[in-house]
Amino acid sequence: MSLFGGWSGSRGSFFGGIHPPEHKQRTAEEPIEVVPTPAEVRISLLQHLGAVCDPLIKPREEVHLGAEIGRSEKFISAPVHASISGTAMRATVATLPNGRHVPVIPIRAYETQPLADRALYDAMLGGSWPLGEAEQFEPGEIVESAREAGLVGMGGAAFPTFVKLMRQADQPVDTVLVNGCECEPFLTADYRMMVEAPQAIVAGGLLVRRALGAQRVLLCIEDNKPLAVRALREQQGPGIEVVVLQTKYPQGGERQLVQAATGRVMPGGGLPMRVGVAVLNISTVAALAAAVYRGRPLTHRVVTVSGGGIRQAKNLLAPVGTSYRELIRLCGGLTPDAARVIAGGPMMGFSFAADDEVADKIPIPITKGTSGLTVLTRREIQQAEQTACLRCGRCVDVCPMRLVPTRLALATRANRVSLLQRYHIGSCVECGCCAYACPASIPLVQLIRVGKIQFQNP
Amino acid sequence: MGLATGDLGTREVASRSGGLDATTRLGVQIAPSPHLSDTWFTTQRLMGEVLIALMPVIVMAVLVFRWNAVRQISLCVLACLAAEAIFARFRGRPAPLHDLSATLTGLILALSLPWSSPWYVPVLGSVVAIGLGKAAFGGLGCNLFNPAMVGRAFVMLAFAREMGASAYVLLDSELSVVTRATPLSLAKQFAADLAAGRVTAGEAQVQMEMAESIWALLIGQLNGSLGETSAVAILFGGAYLLIRRVISWEIPVGILLVSFLFVELGHVFELTLLGPLQHLITGSLLFSAFFIATDPVTSPLTSKGRLFFGMGIGFLLVVIRLFSSYPEGVMFAVLLMNATVPLLNRWTVPQPLGGPVPAKAGV
Repeated sequence: MSLFGGWSGSRGSFFGGIHPPEHKQRTAEEPIEVVPTPAEVRISLLQHLGAVCDPLIKPREEVHLGAEIGRSEKFISAPVHASISGTAMRATVATLPNGRHVPVIPIRAYETQPLADRALYDAMLGGSWPLGEAEQFEPGEIVESAREAGLVGMGGAAFPTFVKLMRQADQPVDTVLVNGCECEPFLTADYRMMVEAPQAIVAGGLLVRRALGAQRVLLCIEDNKPLAVRALREQQGPGIEVVVLQTKYPQGGERQLVQAATGRVMPGGGLPMRVGVAVLNISTVAALAAAVYRGRPLTHRVVTVSGGGIRQAKNLLAPVGTSYRELIRLCGGLTPDAARVIAGGPMMGFSFAADDEVADKIPIPITKGTSGLTVLTRREIQQAEQTACLRCGRCVDVCPMRLVPTRLALATRANRVSLLQRYHIGSCVECGCCAYACPASIPLVQLIRVGKIQFQNP
Repeated sequence: MGLATGDLGTREVASRSGGLDATTRLGVQIAPSPHLSDTWFTTQRLMGEVLIALMPVIVMAVLVFRWNAVRQISLCVLACLAAEAIFARFRGRPAPLHDLSATLTGLILALSLPWSSPWYVPVLGSVVAIGLGKAAFGGLGCNLFNPAMVGRAFVMLAFAREMGASAYVLLDSELSVVTRATPLSLAKQFAADLAAGRVTAGEAQVQMEMAESIWALLIGQLNGSLGETSAVAILFGGAYLLIRRVISWEIPVGILLVSFLFVELGHVFELTLLGPLQHLITGSLLFSAFFIATDPVTSPLTSKGRLFFGMGIGFLLVVIRLFSSYPEGVMFAVLLMNATVPLLNRWTVPQPLGGPVPAKAGV
């Protein structure tokens, strides 16, 4: 396996990885559609890695689109904003798909909204964006804008963006990678952003370059997205260029992307900064442009709703806090054979109960990090019969972190913490390649998750 | 086949009335990621692909040895399946006959037997292969030694006459191929004659070259175990396995490279009359490089480990071929290296990408 599909020493690829069916054709050509203002949104006070926000408004208070409604005094955090105009309700608690219970502020929408439909789209993504003005800003101004706008990584991890934009004297960043490698099957939100708003992405990329004092910005795109490559190539200029990478899962993983685009290897447990690189998702970068040039906080994002279990797959520009149920409803509902509802993509997303009594009463809201909603059918989630491990080594061949997943699973089953240590359990990023490839259908990722808990609490 | 996601974390969310759409309330599952899996490549498929790759070898065996091959193969496969069923019953488990692994063990064992061995040799070999080689260790995926080679080692030691060099030869047979000794036995014989001064080096060399033209070895016109006569058939099957990525390249390359080098060395020092190429395509060297040593269960997990494993087999089999009284050393080489697999796995744990996470950073 290593000879054909594995290590590529040259640029453009990384060690290991898999080629799951892409399933992107269903929404790839669907233009971004603006969600009609929902009757209610529920703004989570924790949409990021870091400290939970304190509410800034009282129940019954009137808020307008873009008003700050929660912030924290802690350093690693990101304020949250009203994504519609309306009346704030009493704060309550919701359970996000990842299992976290978070405080949320519901907002009931007014009849009339300041921005809707085409006007909303134009204000967020459309129109022309300045490409030569980044140098007019002080780096600190850009960082401050990102912080005030509540920007977080929109690729999934939701790390507060302003922290990444701050210059560190001891670890200068020379290369900014804008991550357009949407490698999860089904998802096309980032793809549509690249096709429809390439100028905003380039404008944002140049702002990141200015903030960090980097030499170059690389717009990283997989070679299965030629339209996106063309759209961004038309906008690229000095200091910012498109890099085409091999289509392989998880090409969009931070470590894999850094390795494939720059040839540099991030040290274990370290940040990209350690090798002079900053990695930002393309939607985050576009949101930075909106924050700096148009003063818009992060209130809306593009979400792909797809999968065999959804009637009408779409790319939706939705207010943060819209419920998953509302998105499903806008896409024509579930098909009779829908079997699993997943926040995010099928490789790393969280499945949750979008469709039971509790979800009816307490709708689960999307957050800034929600890139998609995938509904899979019985057929799509079908797995082969589980057998004993054949020690075939496929999991080893596909692991992009160069681990031995089957040994980690075995150590977990035996509850052997010393073995978990020897096989480097701390390096697992839970990308799912091993479990996907396993001919014996062993739930390797889940066993490793259990192993991590054993490791932390021996 | 089913909807279950294994032994961890699956929860059915009960269907209830009302809500989005009555027809959608069929029950949505909660399960951990990843939610997709490669349903094409399964345990059964892995074994099935090897069976497909064995087809050219089986066809050649039947062409060369006629009904003898059919008989040996049928006996081995049936005995292996029966043994699998019986031992599974002993262990109180359902018999996993559909995973094809017992079928495969039977085929490999049959193809490494001489054409002439009487019925009890394949049958007992199969019972030992499945019983001692696999079931005793805990069944599929748990065995340390290659089951087919365990079975073959047993019958080779227990039935020395039925398995020895003479078992391959029948002077007045209708099958011309079995009227002459196997190439490796011939090579041993000539080397012995040479050492005893019965022939001169020049004569022995000429005799050998006449006897074993590379062409005959490639096509399969020379005597041997059922599966080892035609190098071309084996290479076809091996190429199929490599292209379909059922096996990885490290083990065959390790075996072929190292055995080539050591035979060349032995040839230079006149320890063997056959050249390295002739050694590679005689006996069960090629067959084992692609079909026996590559058994996933009994070979290492990591790329580096597989390379060392292959190299070890290549070295040991040359040592046995050149210095022992056995003409062929593949079986013992594979079994010996099987024993080192746990160690190889332990010694070749790869460094994670970018090095291990420092303890302070935690999980």
